[in-house]
Amino acid sequence: MKTDILNMLYELRPEFDFSSSDDFVMDGLLDSFDIISLCSMLEEKFGVTVDGLDIVPENFASVAAIEALMKKSKQHS
Amino acid sequence: MITKFQGKRISSLLGILPETVSNFDDEADNYAFPVRQTMRLKKIMGYHQHRLAKETSTVSDFAVFGLQYMLNNHWITREEIGAVVVVTLCPDHFVPHISNIVQAECDFNTDVICMDIAQGCCGFLLGMMQSFMLLDHLGDKKVVLINGDVLSHKVSKRDRNDFPLIGDAASITIIENSTDAGPVYFEMHMDGKRGNALIIPAGGFRMPSTEQTAVMTDQGDGNYRSLDNMHMDGSEVFNFVQTEVPPMLQSAFEREGKSVEDFDYFFFHQPNRFMLQKLAEKAHLPKEKLPMNLVENYGNSSGASIPITAILNAREDLISRNNRCCLSAFGSGLAWGAVFIDVGNLEHCELISSAL
Repeated sequence: MKTDILNMLYELRPEFDFSSSDDFVMDGLLDSFDIISLCSMLEEKFGVTVDGLDIVPENFASVAAIEALMKKSKQHS
Repeated sequence: MITKFQGKRISSLLGILPETVSNFDDEADNYAFPVRQTMRLKKIMGYHQHRLAKETSTVSDFAVFGLQYMLNNHWITREEIGAVVVVTLCPDHFVPHISNIVQAECDFNTDVICMDIAQGCCGFLLGMMQSFMLLDHLGDKKVVLINGDVLSHKVSKRDRNDFPLIGDAASITIIENSTDAGPVYFEMHMDGKRGNALIIPAGGFRMPSTEQTAVMTDQGDGNYRSLDNMHMDGSEVFNFVQTEVPPMLQSAFEREGKSVEDFDYFFFHQPNRFMLQKLAEKAHLPKEKLPMNLVENYGNSSGASIPITAILNAREDLISRNNRCCLSAFGSGLAWGAVFIDVGNLEHCELISSAL
C-alpha cells in the first residue's frame, strides 16, 4: 500500500520530493485541492469511501497517515 | 430557528442565465498550476463550463429582464404583486436598493413592499422565509422572490480555487398563499464566528476599495487575487458542510417523522460535485434524487442555485405533479438550513437566457 500511495503522490505532484518531508501539507507539497484529488485517486485505487469528516490535512500529512486513513476507510466502507 | 409555515406555495419558477459560456479547458492556462494538475479537478469537482455576466450587467438587469418576461407572458400581473424581495451579495449600489430599482423599472405600485436581503448560498431559504412571513400580511397578493448574483465580477480569473466554480444567474420565484398547501418545515442556523471563511475583504465601509486593495498578489498557494476579490477557504467550508449539514438533516427527519424515502427530490445548494457527493454519502442520501450537475452546466449560482437546479433537473415533474422536496443550503455567513416543502403543479417553470 505504501508504494501505491507514494506513486499517487508523485503522479499528483511530480515536482516534489515527498521522502524529505515530515508533513506534506505544512511543507506546501499538497494544497487543499491536491487533497481532494488524492482522496479521489485513493478511493478508486483501494475501493474505499473516505468519510467527509476525515478529509482533513492531518490525515494527508504523511504516507503513514494516508495508510492509516485507508485502513480506517476500508473498515467503514 | 426551527419553525413551520402553513398555507404557502410556490406557484412559478423562472431561471435567468447570461448567454456567455466560459469553458474550463480554455481557462486552465490562466492559473499558475500545471495544466495536467488543474485538469484532474475537472471530473472530481464537476468543472466544465460556467455562465458569466457581462462586466456591465448587474443583478437588477437580470431581475428586470426576468420580470418583464413574466409580465409579457402573463405569468403574473402588476396588480397581483404585493412585495418584491431581493436576496443578493451583489447590490447595484449601496443605495438605492435593487428591489426599488426593479419596482421603478417594472412600474410597480407604490404600495408594493420592496426589500433587499444580503445573503449568498442560503439566499433561497432565507428569501422564502421572508416571503412566507410577508404573505401573512398580504392577503391575496403575491411575493416575487428574486435571487441573483454576478459574483464573477468579484472573483479573480487567476484564482483556481474560486473562479472555475462561479456562475452568474438569477431566479424569480412567485410565492403565494394557498389554502391547499401543506405545512412547510423550515430550519436555519447561523454562525458568524466562522464568517471569514467566505469573504470579500474590501469594497465596504470597513475597507473601501482603493488602488492598493486592487493589487493582485500571490496568496502563497499559486492563486492570485486582490482584497477586492471574493475568497472562499475551501477546507474550512468543506469541513463546515460535512460537520453541520448531515446531523441537521438527520435531526430534522427524526423531528418530522420522515425518512429519505419520503422525498422525491433533494434540491441542494451546488458548491461543487465533490462536496455534494461527500455530503450525500455522509447523510445517506440517494444520489439519483440529489442532482449535482449545476456547477458543470452553469456554475455555482449562489442563492439562485436551488431553483435553477430544480428547473434544470425536474422541470416536467415540477409542472405535472406534486413533488415532496427537501431543500438544503449552506455557505456564507456561515449559514446552513433545510426546508421540507411540496413543490409541484407549477403554473410556469422555465430556464431562459439573456444577452446580459
